[in-house]
Amino acid sequence: MNDWDRIAPQLAEATWDTLYMVGVSALLTVLIGVPLGVLLTVTAPGALSPSPLVHRVLGLVVNLGRSLPFIILLVLVAPVTRGIVGTTIGSTATIVPLTIGAVPFLARLVETSLREVGHGKVEATLAMGARRRDVVRTVLLPEALPSLVAGITVTVVALISYSAMAGAIGGGGLGDFAIRYGYQQFRTDITVATVVLLLAVVQLLQWAGDRWARRLAHA
Amino acid sequence: MIELTDVRKVFPARRGAAEVVAVDGVSLSVADGEFAGVVGPSGSGKSTLARLVNLLERPSSGRVVVDGQVLTDLDDDGVRQARRTVGMVFQHFNLLDSRTAAGNVEHPLELAGVGRAERRRRVADLLDLVGLGDRHASRPAQLSGGQKQRVAIARALAARPKVLLCDEATSALDPASTTGVLDLLRQVRAELGLTVLLITHEMAVVRAVCDSAVLLDRGRVLDGGPLAEVLTRPHSPLAAQLLPAPAVAGATGDLVRVTVTESAPEGRVLRTLAGELGLDVEVVGGSVETVAGRRFGRLLLSVTGDDGRLDAALQRLRDGGSLVERATPGDEPPPMDAHDEPDAAAPGGRQVPNLLDAPEVQR
Repeated sequence: MNDWDRIAPQLAEATWDTLYMVGVSALLTVLIGVPLGVLLTVTAPGALSPSPLVHRVLGLVVNLGRSLPFIILLVLVAPVTRGIVGTTIGSTATIVPLTIGAVPFLARLVETSLREVGHGKVEATLAMGARRRDVVRTVLLPEALPSLVAGITVTVVALISYSAMAGAIGGGGLGDFAIRYGYQQFRTDITVATVVLLLAVVQLLQWAGDRWARRLAHA
Repeated sequence: MIELTDVRKVFPARRGAAEVVAVDGVSLSVADGEFAGVVGPSGSGKSTLARLVNLLERPSSGRVVVDGQVLTDLDDDGVRQARRTVGMVFQHFNLLDSRTAAGNVEHPLELAGVGRAERRRRVADLLDLVGLGDRHASRPAQLSGGQKQRVAIARALAARPKVLLCDEATSALDPASTTGVLDLLRQVRAELGLTVLLITHEMAVVRAVCDSAVLLDRGRVLDGGPLAEVLTRPHSPLAAQLLPAPAVAGATGDLVRVTVTESAPEGRVLRTLAGELGLDVEVVGGSVETVAGRRFGRLLLSVTGDDGRLDAALQRLRDGGSLVERATPGDEPPPMDAHDEPDAAAPGGRQVPNLLDAPEVQR
């Protein structure tokens, strides 16, 4: 059992893999999910630019993505992953299903946050002669920022748990490591070490996210 | 400055709610520099009317002209430009929590594309104007209600509008803050030569600041005009709201209503009835207030012992310039201040659609 000299570097590498997968997919998720959430919000009936058709179609797509168990999604989007990355194995390949899985999740959270912004603030800004995109840029997003940050934190934590699942089908990272060394080689100590690491990462992220959201909330 | 012609606003039926005619053929004219009030019970369409002036609500029919521009003929871009000539102040301030007081005042200037240095200068001037020169960096959450409304007024004035719309601007404030905000509105009107349209359910506000007013009921103009004229008009429903004079309980005898102005004081009426005719005269209702800077009042007298000479005496008083008429108990609607809650009600009795209404799609 004194092979930790050999295991430690691999554990470090797996941790790095997880951070890489989660980091890149979180960035992509924010870049796609926030605009999608905005679109979902402003096309709602009675909203800034109501468009029942767009709203319904987007809502359907988002619901589809949210109702699919992640492990099924992983398999389902494999052809897409191969098309984009060239392979379905490894941490870079995992970024594709991770992003596809997290975007609908974040989009709903963004929509909920933006809906909380009082209609009066929007009306006051329209009364200044603002364009609709000005309202989104100067009112909806800044006013919802603390709640958006909280939503993004929740999404990143969800991404970490997804990424561990992706390990099950050869995605790399801490999940992969825990299954290969901990589960398949009956090394409970390795499983525990991985869990502790994951817990530490999640705690740190949640703490940082909460802190940031609190700093932004002036109300 | 503001000219509404036969304006109607109908909210279509939606999800089980019947269609609502919020504003039903209103014509209204506010002169350059006038301080005009719109009063009415909740659900009378006041707030919708305010939103029709800057086309936050597009009228279903009718014409809206502001500063010589026919807003109802403009496309969306034109309307956006035109809105800069109309500042708006709201009951709940609607300041952005993510910005400081200065940031909120700066907002409309940013949207209008004013340069940074010029913005800073104007923001400083505006905050000085509203008496908050020392609160630039304060967040809305750190300001009192009155201070928030001052910031909102500074913001509404930032783009140098010609018209200021106030939608229940004092209704969420305590009496002291209300007085302060009304003084400020009067001051900026005088200094900047603004035209003000003030929506309120508080008659004291109208008495304190307005030159003219209209009374709205169920989307229609029931009464209106310059206050000095309205208050001397017999049977004016608006006068009855501005200077309510309901009879106290147990009033008996012949009731006589006296309208008091500086040129028709009540002394002559009392002298004639009590002195010359020797009748018993008691005041059983009334209010006397300063309106538009002058003394106005409406008194309800109970006269007992009439031996048939009362009607002739009243006619003589009228001929002599006094404003007197016979009254019956309950011939005036109860004052609406008491039973009106501006907060609870949406314009036209219709729930204002939440901008970010719940999505129909199941999550």
